[in-house]
Amino acid sequence: MKKNFGILGILLVVFIATAIGNPNFLTAYNMFNLLERASLYGIIGIGVAFVIITGGIDLSIGSLIGLVATLLPFIVVQQSFPLAVGLFAIFALSLCVGLTHGVLITRLKLQPFVVTLCGLMIYRGIARWIVSDKTMGYGNETFSGLKVMVGNLSQLPGMSGFSWAKHIPVAFLILLVLGVIASVFLNKTIYGRYLLALGRNEQAARFSGINTSVMIIIAYVICSVISGFGGLLFALDYGSIQPDSFGNFYELYAIAAAVLGGCSLRGGEGSIFGIILGAALMRLLMNSISMLGIDDQLEPAVIGIVILIGVMVDELVKRFAARRRAVKQAKVTTALPEVDA
Amino acid sequence: MNLLDNSPLLIVESVTKRFPGVTALNNVCLSLAKGEVLALIGENGAGKSTLMKILAGVQMPDEGSIRVNGCPVRLDSVQTAQANGIALIHQELNLSGNLSIGDNIFLGREPLRSGLIDKKKIHIEAQSFLTLVGLDVSADVLVDSLSIGQQQLVEIARALSVDAKILIMDEPTSSLSQHETERLMEVVKDLRGRGVSVIYISHRLGEVQELADRVTVFRDGKNAGDLVRDEMNHDRMVQLMVGRDISQFYVRSPHDAGDVVLEVKDLQTAANPGCYLNFSVRTREIVGVAGLVGAGRTELFEVLFGVQPALSGRVMVDGREVSLRSPRDAIDAGIALVPEDRKQQGIILEMTVRMNIGLAGLRQHKKKAGFLNATQEADDTSAMIERLKIKTPDAGQVVQYLSGGNQQKVVLGKWLSIAPRILLLDEPTRGIDVGAKQEIYGLMDELAKKGVSILFVSSEMEEILGMSDRTLVMHEGQITGQLVRDELSEERVMQLATGNVAMGTH
Repeated sequence: MKKNFGILGILLVVFIATAIGNPNFLTAYNMFNLLERASLYGIIGIGVAFVIITGGIDLSIGSLIGLVATLLPFIVVQQSFPLAVGLFAIFALSLCVGLTHGVLITRLKLQPFVVTLCGLMIYRGIARWIVSDKTMGYGNETFSGLKVMVGNLSQLPGMSGFSWAKHIPVAFLILLVLGVIASVFLNKTIYGRYLLALGRNEQAARFSGINTSVMIIIAYVICSVISGFGGLLFALDYGSIQPDSFGNFYELYAIAAAVLGGCSLRGGEGSIFGIILGAALMRLLMNSISMLGIDDQLEPAVIGIVILIGVMVDELVKRFAARRRAVKQAKVTTALPEVDA
Repeated sequence: MNLLDNSPLLIVESVTKRFPGVTALNNVCLSLAKGEVLALIGENGAGKSTLMKILAGVQMPDEGSIRVNGCPVRLDSVQTAQANGIALIHQELNLSGNLSIGDNIFLGREPLRSGLIDKKKIHIEAQSFLTLVGLDVSADVLVDSLSIGQQQLVEIARALSVDAKILIMDEPTSSLSQHETERLMEVVKDLRGRGVSVIYISHRLGEVQELADRVTVFRDGKNAGDLVRDEMNHDRMVQLMVGRDISQFYVRSPHDAGDVVLEVKDLQTAANPGCYLNFSVRTREIVGVAGLVGAGRTELFEVLFGVQPALSGRVMVDGREVSLRSPRDAIDAGIALVPEDRKQQGIILEMTVRMNIGLAGLRQHKKKAGFLNATQEADDTSAMIERLKIKTPDAGQVVQYLSGGNQQKVVLGKWLSIAPRILLLDEPTRGIDVGAKQEIYGLMDELAKKGVSILFVSSEMEEILGMSDRTLVMHEGQITGQLVRDELSEERVMQLATGNVAMGTH
């Protein structure tokens, strides 16, 4: 929790600076879009967090998002299957992808980086091949019911009477629900404890009777299923998608959000609240760059620099804390041996 | 020349070294003359290895001074230590198996010829050092193809090649056969004759008596005493090491061993496929497993705990065969393991005392639909902190800041909270202080009295002699003998452990 204050601080500074720099920033329209996109990034960030906590990585998220987004209109519009079949197909696909990753990593002992890097290439290739690189649209009537998920709260049943509900994206509600569930899972269930334990030291966890392989597979399945769901939301929101580029780099944004939020790539650490803040900061930066008239081309560089500064400050704070603790400890131990003897 | 010989070559004065949670060395002193073999003895955790690392330039002391040839030196790197003529031969050998003997000896300072490595020169010079240590092998042979004993000699040759005047040997014989041990002792005597000084660290008091000119004893990071050659006898050395009468140090009450709980039949492990193991452990019994490093003891425990699958054979608990495919299976069968490598396998360093102790018991929380039972975890933890006298500010302390002894108690606490019937302890007192050691012996005794069957591996002879009701001795994967309490002696154990079976009966 404590380390989240740092990024909360950066978030506020960027927010206020942009609000001063451009009066259009605070308009209801911009705020709604910002909150919605930040929520979508937050959702896939939560997914990848499960994998990062085990000490692994998932580089295939963006390609899986592209594949899911391409496949749904292909099945439902081009092949004229019912919507339910399409939804089930993309759910089953995401689940199988996660399962395959997990099994290859735990049973064949392949490195997560390698497995998911291959996934990144495979899923993108399949997505482009299935529809011959043609742009896929979500304009069809069939999807209008699903679009509620990327609308505002007033579109939900029984919410039309509240005027404030118009300004809150449904995606934000989804993020909150998912965040609470993920947080409870990680901190309040034995399975969450297993994940944190094996992320720190898999051997010791296994030696304590934890079935670490099954837990790692579950983490990859959670990640892929959430990514698949996130892919659906992104696709509905954008409305039209290019199979060759849709979702590109999303895995890196998700990983960056998780790292900014306090996940260590060494595993065993991570707070859901922090990841949501990380995703929000990244989306805010993208928005601020266009609002403040900074060249678009600079966008990735600015985000990269802010993340780098964030993790540098985090590391320095950690070192400072460790040194202070060591000094304190030395004082305690010099007193202790006398008690021992 | 004579004047120089009388003044010590190496003097260590009032050296103190602290680590988080423990003072490893407290004001220790030591001196070494030219051509002297000094044995440094003490129990695990007494600070021997720390001092050796300081002398070898791996670690810096917090306080105190070191003088070589009368001049104060600052040993801030392995290079400066070597420049001062000090070379350390680690317990775990530091050779690259994929390189030849010669390449290993000259690693990092290869002679060059027009910018390229001069293989010929390496071969000739390496060969001369090998002759010096009596190793009759070509310098072009890969290190991987040598036995441990031969690799040890390569290490010594490497030390001699950097012109070491002070050779530090950290438990050099812990993994050697009897023959190799004798060979090594000859080499050490020969080096002494050439004026090389040796600091010889060993748990084998028999070797110390044969080899050393003088003994320095450490206990709990402090000097416990010095013995010259005439004063060196087994009991005197042990007394200085443990600091009190051994009969009081090792807590033992008579155990009335009951029914057989664990029975192992024709067990074949992947590490030693040629050997079939047979033994049993009864309730209220403490069985020690003695042997040299590499005798297959840890591998046996790994099979019993489901870490490694057995190639064949049966393991029975209470007369019923159990299938051990994972630690989980073993735990379900009532078996718990306190592993040798505590930090990698026993505890999760970055987690709190509460989370570590709770880890094994989490599965019982399933009744609450998978949610953590925080009350149970807290209760288990505070019960264990009290019962095992774990010294920690509170249950929320991160385990890495505890001392070795308290970390070991956390591992024990993790298992005791789920009440195992069979407790496997692999080197249970390695790297922990004397106080905690005695508490762990007390705990073993108490658990045995309550009906737990205990099987423990130890490389410390005193521990085997002091704690076991019955001792299994292993050599090269085979159980070479079983000794009941009346038959137990250091000589018998060493005979069986070094494969000198002709002299051991059974």
